[in-house]
Amino acid sequence: MNTPLLSAKDLTVQFRTPKGPITAVNGIDLTLERGEVLGIIGESGSGKSVTMRALLRILPEAKTEIAGDLKLDGKDVLSLKGHDLAAYRGGDVSMVFQEPATALDPVFTIGTQISETVRRHRKVSRKDAQARALEMLELVRIPSPASRLGNYPHEMSGGMRQRAMIALALAAGPKLLLADEPTTALDATVQIQVILLLRELQREMGMATIFVTHDVGVAAEISDRIAVMYAGRIVETGTAAEVLKNPKHPYTQGLLSSTVQGAVPGTPIKAIPGMPPDLAQMPPGCAFAPRCPLATSACQAAVPDLRAQGGERRVACVRLEEIA
Amino acid sequence: MTDQGLTPPQTVPALSATSLNKTFTVRENGLGKPARYVHAVSDFSFDLPVGSTLGIVGESGCGKSTTARLLMHLVKPDSGQIRLSGEPVSRAKRDLKQFRRKVQMVFQDSSASLNPRLTIEQSITFAPMVHGVSLRAARETAWRLLDRVGLDPARFTGRYPHELSGGQRQRVNIARALALNPRVVIFDEAVSALDKSVEAQVLNLLNELKAEFGLSYIFISHDLNVVRYISDHVLVMYLGQVVEQGPVDQVYATPRHPYTRALLASMPSPDPEQRTMAAPITGDPPSPIDLPPGCRFAPRCAFAESICDTMPYELRHGETRVRCHMADPKLGHSKAEVIQ
Repeated sequence: MNTPLLSAKDLTVQFRTPKGPITAVNGIDLTLERGEVLGIIGESGSGKSVTMRALLRILPEAKTEIAGDLKLDGKDVLSLKGHDLAAYRGGDVSMVFQEPATALDPVFTIGTQISETVRRHRKVSRKDAQARALEMLELVRIPSPASRLGNYPHEMSGGMRQRAMIALALAAGPKLLLADEPTTALDATVQIQVILLLRELQREMGMATIFVTHDVGVAAEISDRIAVMYAGRIVETGTAAEVLKNPKHPYTQGLLSSTVQGAVPGTPIKAIPGMPPDLAQMPPGCAFAPRCPLATSACQAAVPDLRAQGGERRVACVRLEEIA
Repeated sequence: MTDQGLTPPQTVPALSATSLNKTFTVRENGLGKPARYVHAVSDFSFDLPVGSTLGIVGESGCGKSTTARLLMHLVKPDSGQIRLSGEPVSRAKRDLKQFRRKVQMVFQDSSASLNPRLTIEQSITFAPMVHGVSLRAARETAWRLLDRVGLDPARFTGRYPHELSGGQRQRVNIARALALNPRVVIFDEAVSALDKSVEAQVLNLLNELKAEFGLSYIFISHDLNVVRYISDHVLVMYLGQVVEQGPVDQVYATPRHPYTRALLASMPSPDPEQRTMAAPITGDPPSPIDLPPGCRFAPRCAFAESICDTMPYELRHGETRVRCHMADPKLGHSKAEVIQ
């Protein structure tokens, strides 16, 4: 009976472009238990946002090819169509985006947007849906929620809009919440409030969450497990403590040591040289090899598999035993 | 605000400002509503010693970018004075041209700040040629600088901005800023849009260039970690005012102002086993329109009391300056010991 809530096997996302197909997500495996928080960290172009959009099935179908196996609570997500797909989006799985100003509809009030979502996914009266909307705004701790129901998004501050967006995402009681850099556009003192709110709601409502961020500190605050993505592949995964306190993959090590957080002023930061590869021209074998200080010819021979390293940890590096 | 201390300043600061003020007027669309005022920057003073880096931190709407634009003379202050190497800067056209030659700026958006129709070489040679440098000399400088910022001139001079990555474009912007041989460079969120691994490369480059070209930096950012790494002095802004300024280690180790404390405590903990348990302050920073007359942080401050209805001055506290009534026990704030 112990099936995970979400399981993705060999998930691959290809975009058809005039210059030929580009593989943005390249055969990743993900599993997520009920009530668990997975943090995905990576730089721009690593495929973290595309993964999220593939999970919610909101990538434009005419231009995208999603392959692999994706199951949520036993449901085959990739074969969903029509009504089932509409019920899945926002019902089973919902998403909080980075920029609440553009993700909310500017011509409807917050109350209307939340109650419409509730009515779309549950058979309730207009009045009950309004009551649910009020309850949601209270839940995300928006001050004077009753009067805020009648506000348009532009009448709210950035932090409040993001709270409203979280209320909207949670209104239909999803089993899985996808959060794509939800705090990146917020100010520092507001960011920590939203992180704490998400952590609390996640615990109270027991939903699983995937939290995408480029900020290692934010990932540390919220994740149970962490997956590190590079050029469309997962290069290292494990518990938050395993990955962040004792990174094994050279890219994770580089990413953590290149943050200014622990750097001593006056001494150079240990930056990773070069930049991430162009997805249209991927290097052979390990995608990180051209920037890796430890790369040998073996790294170019084949794409390294994720291998178990004790505990929850799995790392995709052929030289792991030699360099450890 | 002149120093009344016993030791006169040893050297003239590269750039300094005294009591800068800037208020913008918001006009309501002609329906007879009264105009409202945005207090973008109020009573803003600082010294930038030669060869040092001054970091400016704060949240959105706190006046960081208006400060940068005031210092560049892109907007006119309502009052106050800016001095370059001790000399007051007049707004006469010729003086401004000379001023902008010595003070350069690098912006956040690396692509919007480059002309899409000019090649990299044209972008870098443009300003020196406006200032009367010959094409040949300007080109020579461009090649030398591109090489210095880590872009192979032979490959990059003929390219257009859209052919470059964000990190490469920001390197071009840095080279362009240096082409006039400035004394001060102002960076307005210049690394904020870059990926972390690229950000580290650019920060290293900035530190090298500072030593090599004898520059002084003003570094504006919302990222507290970046500011701590790169700055000698830091200045914390809240709703248009400096609430605390001082040497970076002191401000980060023992923040005095309640806002500085809240801001620093809001930084996510990098250790998953020591997570932040409670948010230091609640709510969003309010809008800088029509501010109350007293301390601007008081409505969110845990220590606010009646004396906070009056505007505090910047008070000296060792090497730091703090704009808070609690900084001076004689002012009568009952919790003054909190920040001693």
